[in-house]
Order: sequence, then structure tokens, then C-alpha cells
Amino acid sequence: MSIDLKTRAGVARPRLSKAGTLARFALIGVALGAVAGTFAYLGGWLTPSELTPARFADAFEQVDGTHPGFRRNHAKGVGVSGFFESNGNGVRLSTAVVFREGRVPVLGRFSLNGGQPYAADTPDAVRGLGLEFSLPDGELWRTATVNLPVFPVRTPEAFHELILASKPDPSTGKPNPAKMEAFLARHPESTKALTIIKGQPVSSGFENSTFHSLNAFRFTNAAGASIPVRWILTPTEPFKPASTASVSQDRNYLFHGLIAQIHRQPLHWHLIIIVGQPGDPTNDASIPWPAEREQVDVGTLTLDKVESDDTSAARDINFDPLVLPAGIASSDDPVLSARSAVYSQSYTRRAGESRQPSAITPADTSKGD
Amino acid sequence: MFTERRQFTHFSRLLHWTMAAMVLTMLCIGVAMVAWLANYHVLVSIHRPLGIAILILVVIRLVNRLMNRPPPFPATMSRAERLAATASELMMYALMFVLPLVGWGMLSAARYPIVLFGSVHLPFILPHDAMLYAVLRRAHTILAYLFFFTFIAHFGAILFHTLVVRDGMLQRMLPWNIRPQEPASPGVDGPSPRLVRNFIK
Repeated sequence: MSIDLKTRAGVARPRLSKAGTLARFALIGVALGAVAGTFAYLGGWLTPSELTPARFADAFEQVDGTHPGFRRNHAKGVGVSGFFESNGNGVRLSTAVVFREGRVPVLGRFSLNGGQPYAADTPDAVRGLGLEFSLPDGELWRTATVNLPVFPVRTPEAFHELILASKPDPSTGKPNPAKMEAFLARHPESTKALTIIKGQPVSSGFENSTFHSLNAFRFTNAAGASIPVRWILTPTEPFKPASTASVSQDRNYLFHGLIAQIHRQPLHWHLIIIVGQPGDPTNDASIPWPAEREQVDVGTLTLDKVESDDTSAARDINFDPLVLPAGIASSDDPVLSARSAVYSQSYTRRAGESRQPSAITPADTSKGD
Repeated sequence: MFTERRQFTHFSRLLHWTMAAMVLTMLCIGVAMVAWLANYHVLVSIHRPLGIAILILVVIRLVNRLMNRPPPFPATMSRAERLAATASELMMYALMFVLPLVGWGMLSAARYPIVLFGSVHLPFILPHDAMLYAVLRRAHTILAYLFFFTFIAHFGAILFHTLVVRDGMLQRMLPWNIRPQEPASPGVDGPSPRLVRNFIK
């Protein structure tokens, strides 16, 4: 192990002064600090008041408590499955394989909003239907729909405020009306949206509910034309108004009703694409599109099996509305990206938790077999 | 001795700088996408194909690394420094393989589609299992931080050698060719910590 002094002399530079050395170390420190600082900024550590997916999920936990293993919102639900029969009418709107004539398997989940997995069913709880279409080329399309005609808020930040404003007061067990009034005073668009929501009669059960995509999306067809769309699922079961006379004794009456219906006969919904026109808002799900917009019936959803969350594959599916096949894309609605981010946060939290049995048990869902 | 290569091959240097940019972008996207609501979807849509691109490139890079001897370390590096440099190189190679694979695996276990572009997507490589997802998801984060800190050490070391020791270590990887008469790192064996101390006195 010898050191070649000649060569070494060749590399040697004039010695650095103490100050020069210090300055160079300082420069290194600044460079490393800049990298670490950029990283910290991107990771949100320098903006603790910014609304993050984690803080959003925290809000659900603050309002409804933490229920390990369950979704942070739409915690109570049942799995369903069946198929979607496309009639080919959607091909002119979108290249998505799901719209070609034919049948694709569907996995889904009916749910009620809120983070409490054992809450009693009520007529005014928001009903959700999450669907996953498995396309023949291996692509997936997921959509998370609800029975509201419009979304009550315009932005993720407003939704976060609304969740916190609707937190039940510990003394009364109900949301503090003053907080809700303050929220609505700050968000006049939500007052308008809630008027529309309250103006739509609620149906008697899941089976005769209309489900809405709420947010706008973009379809691209073979000619490359990109159009804004929303979609709805309209039931073939006739509308019957929710009973206002007395609250059911059965805490799970909506789910039990759905199970009984599916055991009697498969349930069907038409998938209707609403084609937007230039000027229709695509970034604001709190505003309805004009009623005269073209509606294209692209096929029929059939749900013929129901399964408890405890055994259904739907339990471990994140019905992220931005899991989209080629031909369908996100719109400029900021709520879509936020939904995707928060659903993912909720999924990651619950995936690692051990969970309790669901309110709707396998014994419930097999009734009538 | 002087017939030894002073710089990495052109192709090695191209791979190094391309992948350096990709990995840094990837680490930044990764840490940002879990923290921001507004850009989440766009960032995720870049993160997945970029991760797979890194996985493909690192295979090529490993083959290239095994086929081409790197230029010798500068004489100014002590045995411990050489050991640390080799270990961090190994670590970064391992992470460039493991991080994308863990990402692919965790998305598979959660049944999140791994879309590259358009309708082109990867198959699932693990069974649908939420608990498996949770474990891999945690591992993905821990390994990514490990990569970030390894990068910081790598970046700090090269700055130290370039600015303080001034032994021309960076020249081995410069994207352009150094002039032949410019003495780069001479290929001298053995540690010389005393030398380093002398330089910075």
C-alpha cells in the first residue's frame, strides 16, 4: 500500500485558509439544507395549516370517532355484484371499452354516509353506490355515486368545513345550528345546493334510488372529441317516497330491504350519460346542469348478489372516482382529486387495522336463500 | 496505471444523470402527493409510470455496471470512505430495484390499477389482500426516506470532495469528457486520511 507522492503532488491544490474552509463547509450546508427544505416543503411540513388528505381523514374521525378497519366515510355498507350490459350507445361518446356492446362483470357496494359503521339507517342519510366495472382488456372503471342531485359544496376546503360544522354537539347529540348557519353564511353556494337537495324527494330504499356521479368527467371519442359529462344511475324499480310516518324499529331497515329485494329478483339501473354543453360548469358539482341536456342511455346495470362487508371483495376495494379507463378522464373539478386523495388515505388507514364484524352480517345477507 | 479509465463510460454517465433526475423527481412527487389534495391525481398519474421506467432502467444499469469497471477512487479516500461509498452505491442500486417493486406489489395487493399510459397497464403481481397492502405501503414510505437520506449523504460527500478536498472526484461522473492532460483522480491504492486533513487545515 504505497502512496505515489508525485501523482499526489499533481492533484494537490493550494491549501485553504480556515475561513475558506469554513465558507466551503457553509456552502455545502446551504446546498444540503436547500434540498432538505424543498423536500420538507413538498411534504407539507412547512405549511401546517394546509388541508392535507390526512387532516381530511382526521376530520371524519373527529366527528364520527375512529372505527378501526372501517371506511372513514360511508362506513356502513354491503357488497353487491352483477354485471353491466352495454347497448353500444356510448361508443360515439367515449372510446372506453366498457361502452362497446357486451357484458362486463361489476362489483359494488351500497352504503350510508358517515363514519359510524353501526349507525341506525335513516331516510335522510346519504345513500352511496360504489361500482367497479372489470373491462375485458383488464382495465378498471370505478365510480362512487350518491343519491344527491348535486354536491353540497364546491371545494374540498368547504367540504372539510361542512364536516366539522355538522359535528354533533356533545350536550344535544345534534349539530350545533349556529355553526351550520355560520358555514352557510360563508358559503352561499351551499345554501343553494342544499335547497336543491331538499327539494328532491327521497325514495323508500336503495333499490329505487337514483345515484349521481356528482362531479363532471371528460369523455374522449374515437374522433378525439372531448366532451364534459356527468352520469346518473336510474332505477327500474318504481319510485316510492320514504315513509315519514314513523322511523322503523329495524336499525338496518334500508339494508334489510335491499337484501330482500335482491333475493326476490335482480335489481336494475340504467346508466345515463348526461352530455354537457360549453358553459356548463365542470369544476363545480354544487350547480346542476340544465335539465334539457342530452341524456344517453348506454346500458343496464344488473345487481343480483348481495354479500356482507365481512366477506365481500368490495370491502377491500377503494371506490376511487379517478380509477378510470382510457376514454374517460378527470375534469377540472378540484373535488375529484381531493376525493381520490382522501379515499386513498382512508383506505391506507383501514387496511392495516383489525376490524369488528359489520352491522350487516353474512347471516343477514344470506336470508331468503 | 494511467491507462485506467478516469471517467465512467459515456453510457454509464448518461444513465447516472438521467436516473438521478428521475429518482429525485420521484422522491419529490412521492412526498408531495400524499400531502396535497389539489395535485394528487396528476402526481399519482406520473408517479406510477415513472417508477416502472426506473425499474426498467435499473436493470439495464446493473448489467452495464457489471460489464464496465468503474474508474478508481481518488487517492484521497480513506478505506472507511471507500467502504461507505461502495455501501451507498449498493444501497441505491438495491433501492432502485426494491422501491418500484414494493410499489407495484402494494398497488396489486390493494387492486389499484397500475396504468402506464392510455389503456396500457401492468398485471397484478400479488393477491388482493388489504393487510399485505398496509405492510408494503409502510415499507414503501420507509424505503423512500432511506433513499432520500442516502441521496443526501451521496450529495454531501461529493460536495465535500469537490469543494473541500478538491480531489476531482466529481470528474469521474461529469457529463462531459475531461481533457486528458487534466489530472483526474489518480488511481492510487490505499487510504490517505492524513492527506485529507492536510488539505483542509
